[in-house]
Amino acid sequence: MPDDNLSLTAKREAAVAALADVPREPGAKKPDPILVADDVKRHFGGLLAVDVDHVEVQRGAITALIGPNGAGKTTFFNLLTGFDRANSGSWTFNGRSLHGTPPFKVARAGMVRTFQLTKALSKLTVIENMRLGATGQRGESFWRAMLPFTWRGQEDAITERAEELLARFKLDTKRDDFAGSLSGGQRKLLEMARALMVGPELVMLDEPMAGVNPALTQSLLQHVANLREQGMTVLFIEHDMDMVRDIADWVVVMGQGRILAEGPPETVMSDHKVIDAYLGAHHDQSLAELEEQLETGTLAEEVAAELGQAPAEAVPVEHTGETKDGR
Amino acid sequence: MDWGNILELSLRELIGVQAIVFALAAIGINVQFGYTGLLNFGQAAFAAVGGYGIAVIVTTYDMSFWLGLVVGIVGAIVLALLLGIPTLRLRADYLAIVTIAASEIVRLVGRSAWGRDVFGGSDGITGFSSAFYDLNPFTEPFEFGPFQFRERVLWVLVVGWVLVAVCTLVVWLLMRSPWGRVLKGIREDEDAVRSLGKNVYAYKMQSLVLGGVIGALAGMVYSLFQGAMQPDVYATNFTFFAYAILILGGAATVFGPVLGAAIVWFAFQFIDLALRGAIRQDYIPSWFMDANDTGAVRFMLTGIVLVLLLVFRPQGILGDRREIALDAR
Ligand SMILES: Nc1ncnc2c1ncn2[C@@H]1O[C@H](COP(=O)(O)OP(=O)(O)OP(=O)(O)O)[C@@H](O)[C@H]1O
Ligand SMILES: [Mg+2]
Repeated sequence: MPDDNLSLTAKREAAVAALADVPREPGAKKPDPILVADDVKRHFGGLLAVDVDHVEVQRGAITALIGPNGAGKTTFFNLLTGFDRANSGSWTFNGRSLHGTPPFKVARAGMVRTFQLTKALSKLTVIENMRLGATGQRGESFWRAMLPFTWRGQEDAITERAEELLARFKLDTKRDDFAGSLSGGQRKLLEMARALMVGPELVMLDEPMAGVNPALTQSLLQHVANLREQGMTVLFIEHDMDMVRDIADWVVVMGQGRILAEGPPETVMSDHKVIDAYLGAHHDQSLAELEEQLETGTLAEEVAAELGQAPAEAVPVEHTGETKDGR
Repeated sequence: MDWGNILELSLRELIGVQAIVFALAAIGINVQFGYTGLLNFGQAAFAAVGGYGIAVIVTTYDMSFWLGLVVGIVGAIVLALLLGIPTLRLRADYLAIVTIAASEIVRLVGRSAWGRDVFGGSDGITGFSSAFYDLNPFTEPFEFGPFQFRERVLWVLVVGWVLVAVCTLVVWLLMRSPWGRVLKGIREDEDAVRSLGKNVYAYKMQSLVLGGVIGALAGMVYSLFQGAMQPDVYATNFTFFAYAILILGGAATVFGPVLGAAIVWFAFQFIDLALRGAIRQDYIPSWFMDANDTGAVRFMLTGIVLVLLLVFRPQGILGDRREIALDAR
């Protein structure tokens, strides 16, 4: 166990050290990028949803992609993984251009994503969901599928790997349930575990924490941090700043389709551009300060003061309406 | 009323040629719709291509029966590719529209005046089945209890049920394999399957081709039994009838289509004979219905049964209730 912990910190330290000399500016060059994107643009009618000049993702590190709702984060994921087509731009994964590559080839190349709106395959059991994730299955070819002896052995190995992952994600008791019967948070976990079955080099998680209860958040954080220990690179979208602070080695901030800022979590979270993008009015305070205020309750007072009379006026109106309806 | 006779005649239909033909058509649809979620509304076209394959090669071009079989199957594969290549990348409804149109195109081309030299117009083609019946090993009628089958019928039944068994076995093997798992995944959410590195387009195409080829077998069995290939047999109601059978038996179950086909043809015959008997005996007054109405009434009753089934057992006879419950979540 102590050895484990040591290597844990060693990997994290290595990632942080590698990023130490990277300038804290949008589009900064990384020492060993696994993913490089240039001039990626995506229009939806008049809206320029993604307009990324240059961004690099460091290999072996955990990078967070943050930004307000509608910043274009999911759209950017969709473009990179081939689920949506860019109007222009180019990007490479491991030095290989993936522009115009269909999603399944992107996944096979080692870049696997999850979805913001979870996609559990409802009428398949949890274990079948997991098995589906494994690549290079002999039994997935039409002719060999009819000859079970050609794929039995491989299937057993896949099942074993799937069960290990399920145990890690605390889903082993759900093994034979339909995925559709899982709760929202459990589906998130299943989707993440299933993505790992592909054996990816780069894992792209779209809001892995959304809808997961706080008790599970810690263990999920551990899972994500563990991916780095196993040599994977992680790029995740998240609104939960605690998660970003706890496990991200590097943070990229998007706003209105553009990369606004980049840097280690502490630096980025005190960047005024980020705070502008997120909070608008409270731009002169750092996130940490805001949080402190939140904890001491001063922010709540402020908010209540700002909202002032409004609720007091609204309540009686609603009330009379209700009584009329009720009687 | 002679209930023994009614039951006997109905049981003949239970294992009859119609049941075989629609079991095959429904097995094909089960692969496409039940397991993959593809809406092929043109199964009649695949059956027609199978039937025309033999008929045109043997009668029109005077070539071998075996070549006809190959042409029928290759024709179904080509049709599946033609329909699938432009539509399988698009949303599910495009395939539905294109297949229903293709089904009518095949039928209308078959019965057209300008294609008469090849396809025989609306009268269709006859005289292509002798090679098939020459292979008949049965030389005497077969008797089994009250049942008697003439050797010709017996031959079709044996070949037909062997085909049904083989197709069912293939579907059973495939759907418990990783290949079948990919299909079921596509039915649930094709983007999720793409994100796991599977070539969804290729799998959909394989599913469409497999289901189409099984549909072609249905057309072959029927036209060989009839000794005639008539285009109007393969109108769109052929397809919808096969869908009804599949849903009755249970979509995405291995034996659902076979069970559904057997039950429907049994019930058809039984209702028809029972109604006729009742009318003859004046149990049903003639101002209410006469013997000519029984054909329509049995369709109405079948419709009522289907509606009741969808209300009380939406998963079909063999389906898994838990799966339907998931849709409500
Ligand atoms: N298919 C689409 N058609 C039209 N507009 C779209 C489409 N997809 C996204 N958009 C628009 O693009 C912008 C970016 O959307 P995107 O989903 O990428 O945001 P996001 O950063 O992931 O936000 P959130 O944090 O809420 O998930 C939004 O303004 C959205 O309305
Ligand atoms: Mg999003």
